[in-house]
Amino acid sequence: MSFFATPQSMHFPEVLPLQSGASIRDYHLAFETYGTLNADRSNAVLVCHALNASHHVAGVYAGQDKSEGWWDNMIGPGKPVDTDRFFVIGVNNLGSCFGSTGPMHQHPDTGEVYGADFPVVTVEDWVNAQARLLDRLGIQQLAAVLGGSLGGMQALSWTLQYPERMRHAVVVASAPNLTAENIAFNEVARRAIVTDPDFHGGHFYRHGVIPKRGLRIARMIGHITYLSDDVMNEKFGRQLREGLELKYSTQDIEFQIESYLRYQGDKFSDYFDANTYLLITRALDYFDPARTHAGNLTRALARAQARFLLVSFTTDWRFSPKRSREIVKALLDNRRSVSYAEIDAPHGHDAFLLDDARYMGVMRSYFDSIAKELQP
Amino acid sequence: MTEKAAMQALARLVPPGSRVLDLGCGNGAMLDYLQRERGCSGYGVEIDDANVLACVQRGVDVIQLNLDEGLAMFDDNSFDVVLQIDTLQHLRNAETMLRETARVGRTGVVAFPNFAHWPNRLSILRGRMPVTRRLPYQWYDTPNIRVGTYKDFEVLATKNDLRILDSFGLQDGQEVRWLPNARAGTAVFHFEHA
Repeated sequence: MSFFATPQSMHFPEVLPLQSGASIRDYHLAFETYGTLNADRSNAVLVCHALNASHHVAGVYAGQDKSEGWWDNMIGPGKPVDTDRFFVIGVNNLGSCFGSTGPMHQHPDTGEVYGADFPVVTVEDWVNAQARLLDRLGIQQLAAVLGGSLGGMQALSWTLQYPERMRHAVVVASAPNLTAENIAFNEVARRAIVTDPDFHGGHFYRHGVIPKRGLRIARMIGHITYLSDDVMNEKFGRQLREGLELKYSTQDIEFQIESYLRYQGDKFSDYFDANTYLLITRALDYFDPARTHAGNLTRALARAQARFLLVSFTTDWRFSPKRSREIVKALLDNRRSVSYAEIDAPHGHDAFLLDDARYMGVMRSYFDSIAKELQP
Repeated sequence: MTEKAAMQALARLVPPGSRVLDLGCGNGAMLDYLQRERGCSGYGVEIDDANVLACVQRGVDVIQLNLDEGLAMFDDNSFDVVLQIDTLQHLRNAETMLRETARVGRTGVVAFPNFAHWPNRLSILRGRMPVTRRLPYQWYDTPNIRVGTYKDFEVLATKNDLRILDSFGLQDGQEVRWLPNARAGTAVFHFEHA
């Protein structure tokens, strides 16, 4: 049984300039905090979320079954990121569909639902918005910024955009940018959504429909890439869904894996927003801090001052260890303090959300060492 | 060779304030010592999960890598000293890694079990592979896949254009400078690339 979490919301009337040249104003950020901010405000840890997660990082909602936060195994009292010692902040990104201002909300000028007109947001924009939230919470410097996958990109970006505002950065199962293959997966998912007849160019809200077919397929594609071949084989193999006889049907569900993917797709299409999916995958595609340094990651990371921990997982082929090693190399080139653990876990990209004794041990030890630096 | 005296003897080869890369850094004790006692900075490289964890626990920066995959992550001359303490004997590509050590570091320090230490010679004379405190394994389960001698390393160093700055044996934490190839269980070489 975990502790109770309470979602909060902060209103930002002022304009936030975006990387694209557009801007957004009058927006809300949903967030949660766990633990207590210490007297000198030095024990704050910001957790950045990945594609389909939110500000609900840890704890449960009172009276709601199975409402554990998405990183509840990592964060909480006595957990590797110990909320008895740290003040942990989870924040929902702009454009999301879990509480912060997103495409399903009204444009303050027109009163119309944003839909496809929600501005394109980047990792850098999210970090800027998060920084404003920290300003309002009175936190000048984080003990650490922490994230996995797309959340790891935000943590990395934090160290470049606000190098003085954190002492440590923990970047898990992430990458300095997406490879062509990775963008390709995102594009297939986006095409599935955009070509759904219920998408209506992103203005499906007006038509009272949801492009669920597209969302389902987007999720199915994504889900395949988050697992490893071995884990899928172990979990499903060639098991048939029912009985031992083949049905010889091209359209019925035959194999367990099909049933599982369809279930995941259905579940996802019930709660996720199609425009949010487009926005977030685009933010992933665009992230590339080396781009403004002629592709030189070493030069791009020269601004970083934080001490780093990077973690990758050997079977993660979507954000492979090779990509984390690129970040490590760039930090080494810049003579930054960095540790790197390559965890031999079988679960593919999903491993960053799962319990693995070696992974949890490294995270716990690293955060223990951060806690030791805090004033008693 | 975890004894404190041996560690101190090796640490003396590392100038204060050096930037150090410790290949096969184990639990990070050496780097920890160099950071605390000699004002050094740097990183350890380890493959073993438990050792990586131990390094993180003691606050030593560690990079989890298989040394047999090379040191591509590290630039030429990017460290003042590269240490290979009790590491060389575990490497498939020991010679490549020696060259890499010389490439990445301005100087290198290599320490490894000296197979020509007299108790080992005695054992071989009796017809058996040595099993000693320094080489505690049986021939069929030893992780020490490269067995060499003090003299062997001199030859390898010359072949790879390494200039030996200092070399000695270590036995019971003491430097052995007279007949080290027979009298020391550990061979130590401090070198730079010529």
